[in-house]
Amino acid sequence: MNHTPLWASESFWKKVAIWVTAGSFVLLIVLTFDSMSKVQAGSRRVPAYSVINQKIDYRFDAQLNRYMPVIGGDEPLFDRPLSEAEAEALVTLGKKTTQAKNCINCHTILGNGAYYAPDLTKSWLDPNWIDAGNRENLMLAFLKNPPGNARTYGTGRRMPHLGITDEEARGVIAFLKWMSAIDTNGFPHNFKTLYAQEE
Amino acid sequence: MLNIAALSGKIQEAFGALDRHHLNGGQRLAVKYFAVAMILFLAQLLFGLLAAIQFVWPGFLFDLVDFSVNRMVHINAMVVWMLYGFIGSVYWFLEEESGTEIVGLKWGEIAFYVLTGAVVIVVLVYLLIQTGPGNDATRWLVNEGREYIEAPRWADIGIVTVMLVFFYNVAGTFAKGRWSGISGVLTLDLVALAGLYMAGMFYSTNVTVDQYWWWWVIHLWVEATWEVLVGCIMAWSLMKLIGARRRIVQTWLYIEVALMFGSGILGLGHHYFWIGTPDYWFTIGGFFSALEPVPLVAMVVHSIYDAGVHRFRSTNHPALGWIIAHTFGNFLGAGVWGFMHTLPQINLYTHGTQWSASHGHLSFFGAYATINIAFFYLAAQRWRGNVWMGGDLKDNGWKWKWSMILLNLGVMGMTVALLIAGYEQSFIERAVEGSTWGGYFAAQNQPWFVQAMLWRLVFGVVTLAGALLLTWDLLTIGAGETRLALVLEPEEELAAEPTVAVAK
Ligand code: HEM
Ligand code: HEM
Ligand SMILES: [Fe+2]
Repeated sequence: MNHTPLWASESFWKKVAIWVTAGSFVLLIVLTFDSMSKVQAGSRRVPAYSVINQKIDYRFDAQLNRYMPVIGGDEPLFDRPLSEAEAEALVTLGKKTTQAKNCINCHTILGNGAYYAPDLTKSWLDPNWIDAGNRENLMLAFLKNPPGNARTYGTGRRMPHLGITDEEARGVIAFLKWMSAIDTNGFPHNFKTLYAQEE
Repeated sequence: MLNIAALSGKIQEAFGALDRHHLNGGQRLAVKYFAVAMILFLAQLLFGLLAAIQFVWPGFLFDLVDFSVNRMVHINAMVVWMLYGFIGSVYWFLEEESGTEIVGLKWGEIAFYVLTGAVVIVVLVYLLIQTGPGNDATRWLVNEGREYIEAPRWADIGIVTVMLVFFYNVAGTFAKGRWSGISGVLTLDLVALAGLYMAGMFYSTNVTVDQYWWWWVIHLWVEATWEVLVGCIMAWSLMKLIGARRRIVQTWLYIEVALMFGSGILGLGHHYFWIGTPDYWFTIGGFFSALEPVPLVAMVVHSIYDAGVHRFRSTNHPALGWIIAHTFGNFLGAGVWGFMHTLPQINLYTHGTQWSASHGHLSFFGAYATINIAFFYLAAQRWRGNVWMGGDLKDNGWKWKWSMILLNLGVMGMTVALLIAGYEQSFIERAVEGSTWGGYFAAQNQPWFVQAMLWRLVFGVVTLAGALLLTWDLLTIGAGETRLALVLEPEEELAAEPTVAVAK
């Protein structure tokens, strides 16, 4: 009497394991190709780097029932319109600076990272900058000397000196502005931008 | 002079002698990995405490060793000590499982020293240099600036090389000796684990693309390949500890692989809700990740059932205790805590809050710290000459029991404190205030949040106390023990059959 039912048979489960794993993996590869094609810079979801020449806002879309980036008219960064190549170079400098300075180990970026400091996903649009016209200058001054410009909201938490140069700070601002234009499927929810506050 | 002799006599008495002649080649290498793992575990806790202190007193070490540095060392030490523990565990059972000596062990030894040297340099650079200018050199030499895989590129290449040597040891040894279900799964899993690391080894300005591949490493490690790796390790240790039958543990292993990979691979989508990727990931990620707890339940059933069948008689009580802690911790930390925030409708509000930190602590500890600690005990036992480690240990085994209580209490306490903080953040910062900076700080100033950070610190100290006691216990357990380990009588293969027949 050595009959093993199928559900208890080692060789049956071995086959199931192989097929399930292979099937899932193939599906993931297919989905990855599709996702990659939809998130290249310049796609509908992830705008081209030159979007930093334009006004960006983030509003509730009643039809989609979620918050969506709204790309508006001209509003070049530091009043200097950039070509696509120049914009990409500037955002690249900014992105590399965020990695070199380890921003993500205090902040979250697209909601991922550390929880010691605010999320940076829509920081370009934060009402904390008060006046859209003066925002770039405030950000520049802040990044170059964070403790000196700290506004800790009563927590006592300050951003440290990171030795960010003028050029790097401009890059970081460009990166943050570009990132705020990415369609993040409505995250963060209920976010009232600088412009919404001004109205 | 006399005093020194007397003192060393005392030390000798307490710690006893560890004799490497009790170990086979792979096990001698394994204990080196375990020793470094234990040191890094303590370092992890130390830097976690520094970061936790900064939450309460932000001026502490400000502009000297900032929160970002402490946190980076905290989580990197964690990833590295766990990998050290896994590598050590595999070397530990490689010769027994394959029935032959390790192929190319000399290379494995060299790889160990290379890897450990690299780890030391990386940590020193993290602490002393910390950041660099926003160019490629910084990413290659100082810090890559991507959470968990901050190690600079030169170290990445070193790590991959060492993994290749490790893989050569493993695959070569099984090929020369014999293959089994466990070794087959293990070998394929190691290929996937090392391959995935390379998905994290390139730069992209496009932050969506960057995070897409970053999650391949992080998620497909902890929720797929690491889970299967510990499944293999657990299968082997259940045979060793309680004499479970190979046919049973291997069948379970295949079931776990099917369920874990079947849910975990596409469950990856739960990280693709908000990073710019298409919204079909809501459905795919939500559905498959919601199934991920299923294999974790299966593992609990498996281990408890098997241990119960053998009336909890085991060759090594502390190790079995930690294996059981592993199955529960894995189920609670990954399964329950993960499930709580995995659906997009909830994750919209919990994403990137202390909620994630709560889950991160309980899951990494529950799933991976525990099983490594179990292996440290297996190693201590054999290193002492395969001595008794069942019930009625010297001093009633208070050290292992209390360190286990303190560690689990400490981590659970931190987890609950962080969960309360996370709830509060989700409601106030996210739902009400809409995640602006003002909303973020409003939530951080909430008394519930402030208290939670204090409690996390208190339970962090409890955790560290548990880890120190654990270290002491590992160094002393079995010293002076003269009884030999329990010998498990071979199980009667057919014992279970009639019950099955009756049940039908
Ligand atoms: C042992 C296995 C697991 C470990 C070690 C683990 C660890 C982690 C960690 C550390 C994070 C935070 C990542 C970051 O720093 O951004 C995270 C995030 C997450 N985990 Fe897990 N996890 C495990 C299993 C699971 C399972 C089984 C589920 C679901 C059922 C799950 C659901 C999630 C979700 C939804 C997030 C995203 C949180 C957010 O949106 O911020 N995890 N996990
Ligand atoms: C002495 C005990 C510990 C203390 C005081 C501590 C403290 C901390 C702190 C302050 C953070 C940063 C959270 C943030 O960004 O807001 C953190 C992150 C983390 N810690 Fe610990 N920790 C301790 C033990 C552990 C243990 C035992 C583990 C796992 C084995 C662990 C795993 C993690 C993980 C995975 C993260 C990243 C979480 C995320 O990004 O979501 N920690 N810890
Ligand atoms: Fe995940």
